[in-house]
Amino acid sequence: MRVAVPVFPGSNCDHDALHACGTVMGWETIPVWHQETRLPENTELVFVPGGFSYGDYLRCGAIAALAPIMADIKRHADNGGLVLGVCNGFQILCEAHLLPGALLRNESLRFIHADVHLRVERADLPFTRAMKAGAVFQVPIAHAEGNFTLDPAELADLEARGGVAFRYCSPSGEIGEDHVPNGSMNGIAGIVNLRGNVLGMMPHPERAVDPKLGATGGLGIFRSLGSTV
Amino acid sequence: MKVRVSVQLKPGILDPQGKAVEQGLHGFGFEVEHVRIGRLIELDVPGTDPVEVKAKALAMCEKLLVNPVMEKASIEVL
Repeated sequence: MRVAVPVFPGSNCDHDALHACGTVMGWETIPVWHQETRLPENTELVFVPGGFSYGDYLRCGAIAALAPIMADIKRHADNGGLVLGVCNGFQILCEAHLLPGALLRNESLRFIHADVHLRVERADLPFTRAMKAGAVFQVPIAHAEGNFTLDPAELADLEARGGVAFRYCSPSGEIGEDHVPNGSMNGIAGIVNLRGNVLGMMPHPERAVDPKLGATGGLGIFRSLGSTV
Repeated sequence: MKVRVSVQLKPGILDPQGKAVEQGLHGFGFEVEHVRIGRLIELDVPGTDPVEVKAKALAMCEKLLVNPVMEKASIEVL
């Protein structure tokens, strides 16, 4: 598997992505500077990493969405290539119109770092194929703007088409406002596009893949990707 | 021409910043409701025709300055 990790000024989870895909999964993983106009030949997965691209100026992800490399990431997605955006990467994918919605300031106004539980809503995606629908896994979040928002009609469409990949839940998988850390509508933690090849999520699966670092809850996503490509 | 773009969260979009500021004002004893926080963007746009300049500013809003999921803008040519 060949993975490209676009790196923007202010990205700070690019090395987590490189570690997870490269060191842990053993995939060929290539950092790509945002000024590049082409992804490496035969890129199968683009991992848009977290961080504070362009200092979160204007809106989180708004400036990164205009970076030269984004045009080729859109082309890759249009051709059915896989794109995973985590945290700021999710915000960038929304701003680039690869995914619907926006990530607003957390309801509490605070930056939240915590381990959260997610429930798998779609187990038929390239990102979730090795997981079971309804399964619960634990991954960390670390964000101030993760409050997923969409206008009510579009939210209903998103739900109706099965666009929700992951929802915040209790350790035993119960859904409810009490388990949503940031105010996200319908407890949404991650969504996919219509075609199912672009996934954005606020939690960080790439930070929970290495037993040496004490957590492996995110491995299901990487094993799924590994079994897909 | 100078243009002022005022970007506001749409009605119905939760504005926790506005809420926090509102509570702060209540703390000082002010009676106030519905505090909403937005963003003011000033632009210097080439041109002399206000209609044309406004159209250019609108295009800028659509491309970058405003996220229509959560924001709306009003444009004032000065």
